[in-house]
Amino acid sequence: MGGYTPFREANAFFGNLYDLFAGLNVFGVSLIPEWLAYFVAGFLVIFIVINVVVITTTVGTWVERRLIGRIQSRLGPNRWGPFGLLTPVADALKLLTKEDTRPEGVDGWVFNLAPLVFILGPLLVFAVIPFGKNTYVADLNIGILFIIAVTTVPTIAMFMAGWGSGNRYSLFGAMRGVAQLVSYEVPLVLSIVGVLLLAGSLSLVDIVESQRIPFILIQPLGFFIFIVAISAEMNRSPFDIVEADSELVAGFHTEYSGMKWGTFQLAEFIAPFGAASIITTLFLKGWEGPVLPSHLWFFIKVWAIWFILLWVRATLPRLRVDQIMALAWKFLFPLGLINLFITAGLLLIWEDPTTIQLWAMGGINWVIALVCLVVSSHLMSDKLTARPPLAPVPGRSSGRAQEAR
Amino acid sequence: MTLRTEPVTINLGPQHPSTHGVFRMRITFDGEVILDVEPVFGYLHRGSEKLAEERTYAQVVTLTDRLDYVSSMSNNLAYVLAVEKLAGIQPPERAMYLRVIAAELQRISSHLVATGFFLNDLGALATPLMYCFREREKILDLFEMLCGARITLSYMRVGGVFQDAPTEFWPAIRDFLSFMPEYVDEYEKMLTGNEILLSRTKDVGILAGETAINCSASGPVLRSAGVNWDLRKADPYDVYDRLEFDVPVGTVGDNYDRYLLRIAEIRQSLRIIEQCVDQIPEGPVRERIPNLVRPPVGDAYAHVESPKGELGFYLVSDGSIAPYRCKIRSPSLINLTVLRDILIGWKLADMIVTFGSIDINMGEVDR
Amino acid sequence: MYGIGIAKGLMVTLTNLFRKPFTIQYPEEAVPQSPRFRGEEFAWYEERCTGCASCAKYCPLGIIRIVTHPGGANVPEGDSYAIDVFDIDIGRCMFCGLCVEACPYDALFMGSGFERGQYRRDDLIITVDELRSSERRPSTWFRPQLEERDYRPQGGEPLSWEEVGR
Repeated sequence: MGGYTPFREANAFFGNLYDLFAGLNVFGVSLIPEWLAYFVAGFLVIFIVINVVVITTTVGTWVERRLIGRIQSRLGPNRWGPFGLLTPVADALKLLTKEDTRPEGVDGWVFNLAPLVFILGPLLVFAVIPFGKNTYVADLNIGILFIIAVTTVPTIAMFMAGWGSGNRYSLFGAMRGVAQLVSYEVPLVLSIVGVLLLAGSLSLVDIVESQRIPFILIQPLGFFIFIVAISAEMNRSPFDIVEADSELVAGFHTEYSGMKWGTFQLAEFIAPFGAASIITTLFLKGWEGPVLPSHLWFFIKVWAIWFILLWVRATLPRLRVDQIMALAWKFLFPLGLINLFITAGLLLIWEDPTTIQLWAMGGINWVIALVCLVVSSHLMSDKLTARPPLAPVPGRSSGRAQEAR
Repeated sequence: MTLRTEPVTINLGPQHPSTHGVFRMRITFDGEVILDVEPVFGYLHRGSEKLAEERTYAQVVTLTDRLDYVSSMSNNLAYVLAVEKLAGIQPPERAMYLRVIAAELQRISSHLVATGFFLNDLGALATPLMYCFREREKILDLFEMLCGARITLSYMRVGGVFQDAPTEFWPAIRDFLSFMPEYVDEYEKMLTGNEILLSRTKDVGILAGETAINCSASGPVLRSAGVNWDLRKADPYDVYDRLEFDVPVGTVGDNYDRYLLRIAEIRQSLRIIEQCVDQIPEGPVRERIPNLVRPPVGDAYAHVESPKGELGFYLVSDGSIAPYRCKIRSPSLINLTVLRDILIGWKLADMIVTFGSIDINMGEVDR
Repeated sequence: MYGIGIAKGLMVTLTNLFRKPFTIQYPEEAVPQSPRFRGEEFAWYEERCTGCASCAKYCPLGIIRIVTHPGGANVPEGDSYAIDVFDIDIGRCMFCGLCVEACPYDALFMGSGFERGQYRRDDLIITVDELRSSERRPSTWFRPQLEERDYRPQGGEPLSWEEVGR
């Protein structure tokens, strides 16, 4: 047992399960050998985490649809179960019973493998996320690198699906997806580097513990770039050119049906949960918070970020593919560089910053963020100003819109 | 190393989320850039013109409902004007006011649909569409009060309208006039200054005034290109010559202008309705004419400014109870003529938006 | 400044999030319906009908089928025909109401309901027996005498043939 001890103490989630299995005995005879307990506990951890993720996502789809419904002046799904809570179950059952169509001329292996590869990336992200105090699957010392690596996996699946479908809409979507993802990796990583410099570690557990002040206050630019870039990476509106239902029908998964399509959809709904988890961990102090249990704090923060993501999704129109590229390279990339240089420079001055020095850094960064936004908006504003109305607006009537509703 | 590239042809439609019906375009792309567009239509052809030849003049009104099914009132109006011109019937004054109110309500509703779907084409996840439909619902409620139907209205009759508005209609329309401007403000607050909408629509799909005239485009498409041509001013029918309103005219002719123009026209229509509600005289609403109108031998053409453009009906009478020939000049079809000119050279995403900004209705294109 | 337009749009959607939803939960609540609503459940009063078939002639689609034979008390006057068949095929009906407009004796009325969905097309034909036996809540469409009385077909009392005349 000795070799596992330090690991067990840090990861209480795994450790408790391990102790439970290893301690199972009848009259002092251990039922499960130590090595088997190790595997069973490990498997159970993974099982629990994947199920929590999938169930949260399922509830998340319901919440998202309800909230978007309310934003659009309607109720959203409310028929099946109390408040429509069983709608995702009904959806899943429907998808499972649907015919799995396979159009002629598809590349069979690639076509069938794509949904599996697609869901891999969003799920793997949760391997390194600390859900609460001492609760995680693994504390990788290169956690952030791991996340950056696995979030690019869906791109391959996207291209597999687009290519394998033998449909031109799918191919268009796949090409757009690859181009978009390659571009947005750069600002994404740049915005993370600022956090890494402050935390001094690549491990997500260490990053959470090193946040004396939530990094969103010290890294406003970084947060902004990260949330924009991660939205683009997940193909969420306003960056959903990959699917672009009004242009490409359904983009790379046009030809899929049944549960294969459902897998794509599930992965796309896991993605905002993953993104919100990463943002919470990197910028919002992770699971740390007063009074309430750490797991609850984590989920509260995740839902807050999730709400912002769906709010933006419900409001904004989609950008065009070249504008998305321009946004990445001409706007976010320079901002990310500025953010990185400022943070690095400030850390050169205050090598091991105290809390007050961190606040000062935050203040400086906020000023710089505002200056950057104003300057960049002046550089771009010639095209992005509204024209005056084409005819004089007739006189306003009394304020009665609220009443009438 | 040079890569061998070749243009790719995509069949956009007839089954496609944003072709506004069963429209089909064969588009040749170089990457994402459009090289050539070939519109194909006729999937919704129902032979309305031919059907009109074997129906009495009163029955044809029901056919016109189904031309542009989001602006039935304007279609009714155009047809009824043509028959009245043919038979020499002068409708009573109250009927003319009611017709203008109905037609302008229909213009607002049609423009709301156009704006909503335009934003949907831009990928706004149906939120602006839902807001637009929410207000359109109020207009449809008014129509239901007026004539018992919401979409296929059949409200107008040769020699007037079928029946006077019920008493509850007048408070309801006053109510509508008082809250609608604020909803329009809400759309403008949400959309007009939105940077994404601006970057997507401004200076995209520019239509030159000369091209628009050469393609004989009409309605918002023509006016957005800077040509001040509105049949309500140029050839006033019913009581438009007694009403005060501005004709919004675009400056650039891009998609953004077409969006702004529709918003401005909604405001002007509200102004027109307000004046009509104030001015409307008492009196009969329908000229006493036989159910089976028999116009003298001859022909007549009447046109109205429908929400989509100039909608004209050309009727030939052989003295019988049914038109000998009924030709419909549908604005949607003719506005599509500009499509090729404003699409080539833009990207796929722009194509959808530009196509949406023309605001066609397949029921009218294919008739 | 860049972003203000987007922020305004976000505020509009946020205020709408806290507003009451506009939609109506249909099977539980019914949409308030205008009395002029042209519904499917046609109201026909045999007592008032002379079998003149104006409605059938005026129908743009020809979906009203009428078969009569001379009968009743005033046969020599020619205005009293017994009606054998009065079928309305609402599967093809477009609810334009021209038949109601054509009826000179106020015998045919548009209905007020819209819930007569069927699984088979044949069941969509409203037969004369159904017209005779159904509860009649006539729409006030083109019937000013009902409108003057402020009659509301939606949820209102069924009317007998004496009550609907001019």
